Order: sequence, then structure tokens, then C-alpha cells
Amino acid sequence: MPKRSAPEVNAGSMADIAFLLLIFFLVTTTIETDSGINRKLPPIEDVVDPPIIKERNIFTVVVNKNNDLLVEEKPMNIKDLRASAVAFLDNGGGKGEEACNFCQGEKDPSSSDNPDKAIISLKNDRETEYQVYIAVQNELVAAYNELRDREYLRLYPNDGITFTQADKIYSDPRTSPSTKEALKEKLNTVKLLFPQKLSEAEPSKTN
Amino acid sequence: MPAISTASLPDIVFMLLFFFMVATVMRDSTLMVSNTLPAADQVQKLDKKDRVMYIYAGKPSDRYQAKYGTQARIQLNDKFATVQDVGAFVLAERASKRQELQNVLTTALKVDGETNMGLITDIKQELRKVNALKINYTTRLGAYTQNFN
Repeated sequence: MPKRSAPEVNAGSMADIAFLLLIFFLVTTTIETDSGINRKLPPIEDVVDPPIIKERNIFTVVVNKNNDLLVEEKPMNIKDLRASAVAFLDNGGGKGEEACNFCQGEKDPSSSDNPDKAIISLKNDRETEYQVYIAVQNELVAAYNELRDREYLRLYPNDGITFTQADKIYSDPRTSPSTKEALKEKLNTVKLLFPQKLSEAEPSKTN
Repeated sequence: MPAISTASLPDIVFMLLFFFMVATVMRDSTLMVSNTLPAADQVQKLDKKDRVMYIYAGKPSDRYQAKYGTQARIQLNDKFATVQDVGAFVLAERASKRQELQNVLTTALKVDGETNMGLITDIKQELRKVNALKINYTTRLGAYTQNFN
């Protein structure tokens, strides 16, 4: 039998095939970065002696089962929530030891003493829709961020960035450790001025 | 002018191809619930992937509705679960992580926007019981007004 030479495979179309695969992976790849609202749940512990909190230091936000918003027992449109939360936190109505020297609010004696004492209490019904709850959470976090941005700019005007921007840089894994260290201190200082005291009511046992 | 040799073109393309093949993460659990996340704009990025465990919740998607109904449910890994399973799931996930990560885990709640808060409150209560206190309400980026329709 005559020896047949194996014909050479034409590799000219290899590039086309590879391109095809490449485009497929390019299209299907989603370099996913999830983002969301971070929260810390309170640990379960028996509070023996609940501290007495003055009524004026609590800002009650209730979302009922029809997704209506009640702030301080009055109905409110959600677009006004951020402003009224800011007004409450920034009020600084305290006197003497409880005075707040950086607050720019109205110093209304019937509202919060200082940001450290001010507590936002959020309560929702079991039938509240999740997306409405998230919208409310979002606005409350926005209120805190607005005030923290203001304080960050006041305390560290040379940085030229706001609190939220600084926080973003801090949580970016590419930031160098030395920058992180410097930012951490500043972030903590501002966080202490306006601590996020957002309390969520325990689910009511009835209903 | 000599023609540019394209002989190395396949090699270059293959190199890119391998990069994307390696970088692609296939979604590790198929979603069995509808999952339209609510919108928010005051968001923070989630931690690194290996420090996060995911809890999905929402109405079962169309193909499961005949079997599981339209009431919102929890999905853990690849199956539907009840509220009581959340604690065991968290403990199992925590045990599967490296020692040094076990205390910094975040629970990402990927919950459909139309779910009732009752279910989420129950999940949060279960998470508190197993001391998984860091949570993240995963949202998509957008103005909060998109949540009202």
C-alpha cells in the first residue's frame, strides 16, 4: 500500500474560532459587585434595666401595613423624611453638659438634646413591603450621611472629599494600608460626632 | 511595505480567552425565587466574596409556583427552606469557612422587593439567635422613589 501522507490541518480559521469563544465569555462575564445597606443586628440579651430615654430624644418612624409612613405619629411623605431626620439629629437643644457645639439646628427644646443622645426608632408591620422598608432605611442612612459629610468637610477641609467618598476609599481593597490608617481615624472621629443610633423594634409577639 | 504577520493572532486571542474563562464566576446557585432587588443609593460595597453568605427570599419563580405556591419563601443554596433552617444554614456556612474568617462573615439578604417584612423580621430574628449580626440588605443602585409603584 502506498503510504499516504496525512494532510495538514488548516489552522487558518483558528483565530476565528478563538474570537467566537472570546466574545461569548466577554458577553457572559459579569464581574459582579454587590452593594447594599450594611446593618448590624443587636445581640440577643436580656436587658435587665433598660435605660430611660427621654421622649424628645426619640424620633419614631412607623411604616404600617398599607406602606404609609408615620413620623412622630403624624403621616409624612417619604420625600420629607430625610430633611426631618436631619433636623431632628442636628437639633442640639441640650443645655450645659448636654449642649452640642457643632450642631446647626434650631435648638428646639422639644427635640433632641445632641446627636449622641438622638435615637431613631424604626418600626414596621409584618405586612409592610420590603422595598418600602428599604426606601425608609435608605433615607435615614442618607440623613446620617448628609450630616457626616458636612462635619467631615468642616473638620478636614484640606482633604477635599466628603465622608461618603472617604468611606468608599477606605473600603476599597486597592487602597494602601497607610492611607487606610489615616482615613480610619478621621472616619471614626466623624462617626462619633453623629453615631448611627437606629433602633429597630423587636417584632411584636401579637399578630 | 511588508504585510504584518498575523500568525500570532490566535495566541493573543487565546490568551484573552483564558483570562476571561478564569475570571468568569458562574452563579453558584440557581435562583428559584423571583428576585427584583429594591433600589437604594446610600449603599456600601459588599465584602469579599468568601466572607459573604447569601440568603435569598421572594415569591417562587413561575416554574415552581405550581408546586410551591405564590407565598414568599426563603432559598438557601439550591433549595427552598423554612425560617427554622436559617440558623443551621448559617452555622454550616460558618463552619465551612477558614478559621480567621469565621468572625467577620456578613449575611447578604437578597430579598425581592415585594416580600412582606414579616418574613425578613423572622430571618433577622433567626440570625440574631446564631449570632450572625452583620447583615447587608443587598440592593440595586437607584433612587428610592423607584420602590414606589
